[in-house]
Amino acid sequence: MSTPYGELLIALRPEICLVGGALAVLAVDLPKNSRSAQARLHLSVALGLLALATAYAWNLSAGVPGPLFGGVLTLDMLGQATRAGVLGLAVLTLGITAGTSRLRHPAELVAMILLATAGFTLMAVAQQLLLAFLALESASLSLYVLAGFDKTRPESAEAGLKYFLFGGVSAAFLLFGFSLIYGLTGSIELPVISAQLALTGPSPLLVVALVMILVGFGYKAAAAPFHLWAPDVYEGAPAPSAALIASASKLAGLALFVRLLWPGLGAASGNLSGAAGWLPVVAMISGASILLGNFAALAQRNVRRLLAYSAIAHAGALLLGVIAAGLIGPGALYYYALTYGLATVGAFGVIAVVERSGRCQDITDLAGLRARSPLLAGCLFVFVLSLAGIPPLAGFVGKFVVFTGALQMGGIASPAGWLAVLAIALSAVALYYYLVILKQALVVAPAKGAAPIKVPAPAALALLGAAALIVLFGVWPSLLLGLFQ
Amino acid sequence: MNLLPWTIYVSFAGACLALVAGARSAAAARWTALATAVAATTLTFLAARDFVPGAGLQTLVDVPWIAGLGVSYHLAVDGISLTLLVLTGLAATAGILFSWNIEERPGEFFALFLALIGGVYGVFLSADVFLLFVFYEIAIVPKYFLIAIWGSTNREYGAMKLVLYSFAGSSLVLAGMIWAFAAGDATGFGLTELALAGARLPFPEQVAIFALLFTGFATLAGMFPLHTWAPTGHVAAPTAASMLLAGVVMKLGAYGCLRVAMPLFPDAFLYCQPVIAWLAVVGIVYAGCIALVQDDFKFVIGYSSVSHMGFVLLGLAAATPLALAGAVLQMFSHGVIAGLLFAVVGRMVYERTHTRRLADLKAMPLHRLLPFAATIFVVAGLASLGLPGFSGFPAELSILIGTWQENPLWAVVAALGIIVAGAFTLRVIQISFFGTTNLAAIAAAGDHPLPPITRAEKAGALLLISATLYVGLKPDVLLDWIVPALQSPVFQAVMKGGNP
Repeated sequence: MSTPYGELLIALRPEICLVGGALAVLAVDLPKNSRSAQARLHLSVALGLLALATAYAWNLSAGVPGPLFGGVLTLDMLGQATRAGVLGLAVLTLGITAGTSRLRHPAELVAMILLATAGFTLMAVAQQLLLAFLALESASLSLYVLAGFDKTRPESAEAGLKYFLFGGVSAAFLLFGFSLIYGLTGSIELPVISAQLALTGPSPLLVVALVMILVGFGYKAAAAPFHLWAPDVYEGAPAPSAALIASASKLAGLALFVRLLWPGLGAASGNLSGAAGWLPVVAMISGASILLGNFAALAQRNVRRLLAYSAIAHAGALLLGVIAAGLIGPGALYYYALTYGLATVGAFGVIAVVERSGRCQDITDLAGLRARSPLLAGCLFVFVLSLAGIPPLAGFVGKFVVFTGALQMGGIASPAGWLAVLAIALSAVALYYYLVILKQALVVAPAKGAAPIKVPAPAALALLGAAALIVLFGVWPSLLLGLFQ
Repeated sequence: MNLLPWTIYVSFAGACLALVAGARSAAAARWTALATAVAATTLTFLAARDFVPGAGLQTLVDVPWIAGLGVSYHLAVDGISLTLLVLTGLAATAGILFSWNIEERPGEFFALFLALIGGVYGVFLSADVFLLFVFYEIAIVPKYFLIAIWGSTNREYGAMKLVLYSFAGSSLVLAGMIWAFAAGDATGFGLTELALAGARLPFPEQVAIFALLFTGFATLAGMFPLHTWAPTGHVAAPTAASMLLAGVVMKLGAYGCLRVAMPLFPDAFLYCQPVIAWLAVVGIVYAGCIALVQDDFKFVIGYSSVSHMGFVLLGLAAATPLALAGAVLQMFSHGVIAGLLFAVVGRMVYERTHTRRLADLKAMPLHRLLPFAATIFVVAGLASLGLPGFSGFPAELSILIGTWQENPLWAVVAALGIIVAGAFTLRVIQISFFGTTNLAAIAAAGDHPLPPITRAEKAGALLLISATLYVGLKPDVLLDWIVPALQSPVFQAVMKGGNP
């Protein structure tokens, strides 16, 4: 049997294009001080957008659906849609990047964003443990660099280091789990693993392996009790990096996670009424995240930390979507993760632009945003209300489909049902802290001497685009949900 | 008939236009808003002219929306919703007339106002529970900003309390509807589909879901003991927002109970009937007694709103044909009258005297200073306490007679509430407008005149007064719509038990 490298090249054209784009962008910084930082930033963002657009176009014609290259990759709707989603979120992140002004090596930042995106798109289609791990780590390494990118601020260095240490440890857990699975089943390919596990049934070693994997993914997804890095990273990282970490990275990670758990380890899921497996553990992590995220967010005075705790709460709901995917498929999870990503990119985008003319850490730094820039305030209104789950914005439909799936899974008396009810109940708590943000932006008068904020065109486009997509997907959810039917 | 969905679209379009117009001038924003509200009201009246009363909902639009969940964009109307659509149009128009003096951020004010109105129209027209919920929440969020930005006393607290109560209530509704859908294997979120699914569930589960739905909606209707958001919110809100709150938003809750919670689970409703009725009766008397001892003019009206909404809930709980018809009529009547009372207190009096303390008002010869306001308030007060000739009379009378048929004891205690209402209304009329007996002060009234009542205020007040008077003298205009609607099998099931 000849190895079908041609097929592989065709399937991986988006990734190749992104890596090529990253190298080209790096070259922008090479000529010494020939252009201003602003010009280099714009040039590299333009190149980056070109690479992302090409990758997007190639993803649309990626080839025949189904397993590829001996089952290493799989091209299915989840993979294709996730690729498209992370590419779109990366485009928005680049738009925000073009709106930030304080970065010393803009081309490197753009190149790292492209490399991370290549990792994300690969995560979306990986169907083999080794490739999955490699994709995850190549994405994570780029994110570590991005978190610590602002070398002039100690907070950024702290964020980078913290993220790196936590991420490194979680990678070790994950890899250990993977190696145990390999030892148990003799394979690193998900279909074979699935068949083997169905034959052998549960074993103590399998439980250890599952716990390792869940710990690893729990760190990556910032789910409680593995969330400790998230507030510091969101607080310290430059806004575009935080946007990417909070959005595209979540989407790709959850796609990989759901693919690994349901088709791969589905036989070891156990069930929610007590049989050992990963389902009860994921349910516990989900519940802990929803509780901790929502209540800790109430006490925050720093808007980035508040978004971090809100992200933890959303991670809990997303894990509920992972659970429900066993019954209703990954469509609801994908919808939730993508639209959550859009809202988070947007929120960090607003923070990035506000930071052009001063600090944006405390919630009060947003005071009077409406008077300083109606555009930013209007966009923030959409993003925050979508995070809070207010119809007709996409955040509401996302919650709705996930909770409905969870309740269909086991009824009200099952843990999935309790979690859905818990999440619904706590959404009223969540509305409080989201309104606290909006109160500063829309109700409170600006501080004395706060100047109007000029929004650069690329950032304005990115923010308006994200807001428009949130409204569009909210009013017409079948655009995304229909893909999975 | 197909004009009715345009009330929603016109309101939302008007919201966008008002936002744009507000950037130019306040006048442009308020004229845009008024034109929008009048247009939507006209559409309602035009549609009402061709309306053929009948049992059951008459579909206006029905297109699939979210295929996987069986959600459709299904708008429909019957006599009950049409009554409330007319109310919404009147309250919105009057609310804009009473906001004519808004100078601070006018574009945003009217945009939020019209977005709220659009959501309210949507709720009254929805025949799909998902769609109804979407519009319901669209109507909740603008309230926060209306109160927190343009409100008065303790506004940020009042706004947050009101929105969190409403949102907690709607969370209960959300949980209930998803539960009914998932547990009953429903094919969709339409009222009919969910009712079928609900009937398949075991009885205890039906009761639990009904309790979630009913409590959730009734929170917004101001049901005792979940009513405490209402007085604080009303007091904090700007005049137009408190008119809308009492006038239409509280009706959303009662309408949700009548349209969603009760028909979906008729048996569970009959099981819970005594509890609901007693909560309603207690609410009527309790809120009335609180209103009796308030020192803040607006708090009196706020608590009186809760008391009068108690009659709506009592009518729903008694669930005889007469009581249900009375409840819908009372929704209309209270919407108009409470709007009027809040307009007098918030706009005509407070914005001129800058005080709402009854003790301060007592010292002023207000009946000389603001004769028009005094007249309107006396008329509205009498309408509110159920004087024959005004809409409150047929409404409360039908509720009481209908309740008597179900359980005389409820009717007797609720009738005590009418006496209390008479007491607190007359007390507040006396203190606020006719408080001072100092002849010198009355004679000197002309020395320090207050700004005169504007033409917009007069127009708004006359609009509402003529509405309550017209319906009071000829309740058949509305009852001819309401009574046939109650003949539909779903409401028959609510009255008699069993599934349609």
